Amino acid sequence: MEQITKIIEFSQEFSVLEISYFLASVLFIIGLKRLSHPATARNGNLWASAGMFMAILFTILFHKVKMEDGTYEGIGNVEWILGALAIGTAIGWVMAVKVKMTAMPQMVSIFNGMGGACAALISFMEFQHVPHELVQAHGMLNGYTISVMLGLMIGSVSFAGSMIAFGKLDDRIGDVKSPLLRYFNLGLLALLVGLFVYVVLLPAYPGMGIIYIFALLALIYGVTFVMPIGGADMPVVISLLNSFTGVAAAMGGFLYGNRAMLTGGILVGSAGTILTILMCKAMNRSLLNVIIGAFGGNAAGGVEDPDKIVKEISLSDASVLLSYSQKVYIVPGYGLAVAQAQHLCHELDQLLASKGVEVKYAIHPVAGRMPGHMNVLLAEADVPYEKLVEAEDANGEMNSTDVVIVIGANDVVNPAAEDDPSSPIYGMPVIRAWEAKNVIVMKRSMGKGYAAIENNLFYHPKNRMLFGDAKASLQKLVMEIKSL
Amino acid sequence: MEEALRFIFEYKDEIFIIILSIFLGIEVISNVPAVLHTPLMSGANAIHGVVIIGSIIVMGHAKETLPMVLGFIAVILGTLNVVGGFVVTDRMLEMFKKKKKN
Repeated sequence: MEQITKIIEFSQEFSVLEISYFLASVLFIIGLKRLSHPATARNGNLWASAGMFMAILFTILFHKVKMEDGTYEGIGNVEWILGALAIGTAIGWVMAVKVKMTAMPQMVSIFNGMGGACAALISFMEFQHVPHELVQAHGMLNGYTISVMLGLMIGSVSFAGSMIAFGKLDDRIGDVKSPLLRYFNLGLLALLVGLFVYVVLLPAYPGMGIIYIFALLALIYGVTFVMPIGGADMPVVISLLNSFTGVAAAMGGFLYGNRAMLTGGILVGSAGTILTILMCKAMNRSLLNVIIGAFGGNAAGGVEDPDKIVKEISLSDASVLLSYSQKVYIVPGYGLAVAQAQHLCHELDQLLASKGVEVKYAIHPVAGRMPGHMNVLLAEADVPYEKLVEAEDANGEMNSTDVVIVIGANDVVNPAAEDDPSSPIYGMPVIRAWEAKNVIVMKRSMGKGYAAIENNLFYHPKNRMLFGDAKASLQKLVMEIKSL
Repeated sequence: MEEALRFIFEYKDEIFIIILSIFLGIEVISNVPAVLHTPLMSGANAIHGVVIIGSIIVMGHAKETLPMVLGFIAVILGTLNVVGGFVVTDRMLEMFKKKKKN
């Protein structure tokens, strides 16, 4: 039997470095744990960032690599590393501070893509450094090659996919729907896996050529993987790509025997996967459904009915109706956010409250572009926490509500989710606005929502439309109510 | 078969860490309220920026121009992920804090 022995090489610096990695891992875990509770979340983010700072600092100070002549070499090019850190910090900081709260999902997607690209680049450069002894003993079937190839593949897919997800959320890229693309993707994935197996089974180092092809295919796959997925599913995709990047980072940890990278990466990989599944559950979608993608594409749902009538409401009627109501629910959607009307919305709710109207907000879990996005936006406008009611609880109160104002929301109040099994959103929990006595939908036009499906609420006998930009309409409405 | 067994034995420590971390990740995240999904995703996003350590190692031992340039880019990208991720998460959570004061 082959004897595998490990010679333990000890130095104080190695020990300090490893201890810093233990601590960093612990801080990541505590940070993530605290991030999942509202009261401790912000603090948890700081814990995790402290762990990250420590891991980076100690790596620069104490990391050493054994050279071929047996000596150790510390981190060189320190001035360049610090320069790159400074540039990255400056750009990252400015981007993160400047971005509007509404564009937050895109930003997360970009940062995720950067991490993926970083992981892919590392793997790309390290492929040629596969140790000769390993190849001689076992061919390319060794931990080094496997982790490099996986890191390259997952990192590239994550990078390309995140960029496409960014483009879609930012409305720069439309959906490409084609059943052919599905087969193309499957074929491409098979090709990637085949190439991976081929390289790993090679008896000798093949040179860089094949890696260029491998990386290129992975990048293309990243693009075509996200391309057919509907815009409404983007949060789920970003969360999924987020966990991909975690796995790619962990592959780097495997490669360097680096515990901080390994635990940090795997932690995000598994937590990200669970988070993805939780998000799917909130929308009542299966992950497989999201990936294969049937959302919003073939919008056959909702048979066209020529008798459908849309009623409009005038500003004065709306203001009178609202002022003399007892209980009003506001259902905010992304349209409110893009119009930057959350502050005006708060003004309206205070104005009505001063007239003795009870005003609450019904927040759908996926209102906005991401779960929890709307809560963040309304919090920004100083709307008190107690006024935000979760969809389920709000539904219980709909019967006793006089008016529901739907501002820039669409899919989350679509009755098709409950009564039309052929609808792609059938089964998704929605806010049952139609159960209230009156519904006012504020909307720019009769256009479809993000999921691109018809909404029968607009034709509901209880509903009246107030067309126009959310901000302009709210402004006029506030004026009108004030002048009553 | 023997190859696979040898592989597992050789990397037993790493595999052990991976298995435990998977369960830890699941455990830590479960029961998170929907309100926190976005900040949590963003925070986790920042944590996988730990990949920056790998890029520092590559850059720190790069000798030729091409690895230097690629390493430099990799460090910048990794920093963007880390700094941007943490700052964006903090900005989001700041909103929640304000909400609690009211």
